[in-house]
Amino acid sequence: MDALSQLAAGFAVALTPINLMWCLVGVTLGTGIGVLPGLGPALTIALLLPITFKVEPASAFILFAGIYYGAMYGGSTTSILLNTPGESATIVTALEGNKMARNGRAGAALATSAIGSFVAGTIGTLGIAFLAPVVVDWALRFGPADYFALMVLAFVTVSAVLGSSAIRGLTSLFIGILIGLVGVDLQTGQARFTFGVQELTDKIDVIIVAVGLFAVGETLYMAARRRTGKDEIIPLRGSLMMTKEEWSRSWKPWLRGTAIGFPIGAMPAGGAEVPTFLSYYTEKKLSPKPEEFGHGAIEGVAGPEAANNASAAGVLVPMLTLGLPTSATAAIMLSAFQSYGINPGPMLLQSQPQLVWGLIASLFIGNVLLLALNLPMIRIWVKMLEVPAPMLYAGILVFATIGTYGISQSPVDLALLYMIGAMGFLMRRYDFPTAPVIIGVILGPLAEQNFRQAMTISAGDWTVFFTRPLAGSILAIAAIIVLAPAIYSAVQKRRAAA
Amino acid sequence: MITKREALAGAGALAIGSALGVNIAWAQQVETLRIFVPAAPGGGWDQTARSMENAMRAAQLIKTAQITNVGGAGGAVGLPQFINQWKGQGNSLMVAGLVMVGSLIANKSPLSLTQVTPIARLTGEFQALVVPAGSPFKTAKDFVDALKADPTKVPVAGGSAGGTDHILIGMIAKAVGVPAAKVSYVAFAGGGPATAAILGNQVAGGVSGYGEFAEQIKAGKMRLLGISAGARQPGIDAPTLKEQGIDVELANWRGVFAPPGVSDADRKAMTDLVLKMTASNEWAEICKKQDWAQITLAGDQFGAFIKSENERILAILKDLGLA
Repeated sequence: MDALSQLAAGFAVALTPINLMWCLVGVTLGTGIGVLPGLGPALTIALLLPITFKVEPASAFILFAGIYYGAMYGGSTTSILLNTPGESATIVTALEGNKMARNGRAGAALATSAIGSFVAGTIGTLGIAFLAPVVVDWALRFGPADYFALMVLAFVTVSAVLGSSAIRGLTSLFIGILIGLVGVDLQTGQARFTFGVQELTDKIDVIIVAVGLFAVGETLYMAARRRTGKDEIIPLRGSLMMTKEEWSRSWKPWLRGTAIGFPIGAMPAGGAEVPTFLSYYTEKKLSPKPEEFGHGAIEGVAGPEAANNASAAGVLVPMLTLGLPTSATAAIMLSAFQSYGINPGPMLLQSQPQLVWGLIASLFIGNVLLLALNLPMIRIWVKMLEVPAPMLYAGILVFATIGTYGISQSPVDLALLYMIGAMGFLMRRYDFPTAPVIIGVILGPLAEQNFRQAMTISAGDWTVFFTRPLAGSILAIAAIIVLAPAIYSAVQKRRAAA
Repeated sequence: MITKREALAGAGALAIGSALGVNIAWAQQVETLRIFVPAAPGGGWDQTARSMENAMRAAQLIKTAQITNVGGAGGAVGLPQFINQWKGQGNSLMVAGLVMVGSLIANKSPLSLTQVTPIARLTGEFQALVVPAGSPFKTAKDFVDALKADPTKVPVAGGSAGGTDHILIGMIAKAVGVPAAKVSYVAFAGGGPATAAILGNQVAGGVSGYGEFAEQIKAGKMRLLGISAGARQPGIDAPTLKEQGIDVELANWRGVFAPPGVSDADRKAMTDLVLKMTASNEWAEICKKQDWAQITLAGDQFGAFIKSENERILAILKDLGLA
């Protein structure tokens, strides 16, 4: 009950008019920067850090938290409408979301993403308020060996996006892993595949790869086909809101996505992307209509969208309970604490209860504001699809270019964007799936670094992956998922033969 | 590019300016100070630049500052821009530090910090050697004894390979006679994940800036074995490594530089400005909040310091097998 009274006190802080205003400014700004690929919450908060010299601590953190949550909502809008993910956590949303938009169900896709984000954000915030100490204790038990096992499990999800041919899909996956390995290797400090280009030593941003493959590649493909095809104007079908069937297909993925996203977000090396892959895979496997996946299945939007918002809440758990920044955004927020002379650490909750609970309360309020902001916007957003194709794609290209330049104002990034775009065009032309590339870019380096960290810690003893209980169990689950269907069908055949 | 003629014209104008007494007024308050940060917003260099802006404005040393961020490769992307495009320009400073010395060597860059004009060293953060709260190591000596017995059995967490944390553990190993390259160094993507690994007992120990661990140490979740300072520091309740017989000293220092090819007058103006700032109460306040030790060192002494750091870091990175 202590937490409840603390939370009530937190609402008293968050509900003052001035803090409500900061919250509204934050979520609006967050939605805006979420829409732009490249400009993420970490950079935005970093640029706003000087306001900490002028504004009360509680107000500043309410603003920052609003930006953080808002970016998660905004990133999905462009994923769905333009196939241009605004944030790396919303890349998976583009897979089904954009297909839905092309089937005339853009309104429903945006709605399920907004409501799913709201549900996950609210449950996740409840998790911060009531479960944080338990979750963080559990999350710290994950060592490099366990993370490696988790990455192996996540690699299984690639099978959900392989497409018609496993060879083509796996080729795409390895192209992605290769792109992911470019840059300075963390464990040895040596540059790999950078060909002497200094800018490449910082790795290729996954947003550049996603925007290049999805947005630029798609635009080139459309331009190449236009002479032969006729203009496709996407008709909006049915109501803007979700139908009864879409509601009933959405609520379970929302909850499952939350259950996957929150704990992984709370893990120090979990991140926001891995849970979206796992959620997408889970929904495809559990869906009564798996054949719709790849053609606009609403579960494929609802689940990952809930997962990324829940993971955003999860990231705040180690930050608020231990003072541990586990994402770039959390690290910047922590440095803001420091400029107030507040030392974020395990004692934060005891020493600054007003600030922490005010922040948690504002997350609830921010979620409500975001829902209120986003649902009416759907009507306006879908109008974008009525723009004639040549103009729409020209717009996408401009948008993708500006966004990419925004990442680090580097012309090298723009060259990469168009090179990857050209690759995306060729892949599309010769029927290679592009989604496995993204999975490779994200999971490849994570798996590699965790594997090598684990091997250094164990002094080269590879049995750690099986003797550690967490790693062993996760690997066993991965093995079952991969082998079960094959064994099952083999047994069936034998029975039929007997 | 600045031609000889332009440079002469500039020097002439300056002479006229100072003759008219303009130079004196200008030295008292700089209209716009341009600060070049060779890193993305939010990091240590960026915070240093923004704190400088605040302290200088509060002390009315400048009217406004314009901060430019060019991030990438530990400063190796920004430095060439500062050297080529900002050459000879007055009222301009770049923030850099020990991290850049290391990354330029590790990146095999043809450039070095000796090619820009040293103005002043400003702040330093000392490195801390810590172990999880439940560790059998009670002192730095216990730790190095285990390291000597079998370095592969003592995995140590820290930031990226070749960075400040790795350099310190390399220096410790070398000081006690263990080959630096033999240490089981586990590189994590930054202080946060490294702290998580230490708190979760995934590693035997860890190295990072003291500030990164300070709150965990105060809360009793980590044990501080020693810090890399030359003498005990106020507010840090731990002996130095030196006191415990490990002859190692390292500060993650940050300082400011003017572009190459600036006039002596510009150099002096910038040095005066920065020294006035470091003497101000506003700056002292910021350093206290941020846990930065004020280790001001200006002029030629700073230039000599840069040179010796360059040689020292190059040697240790060679020992670690990274250069």
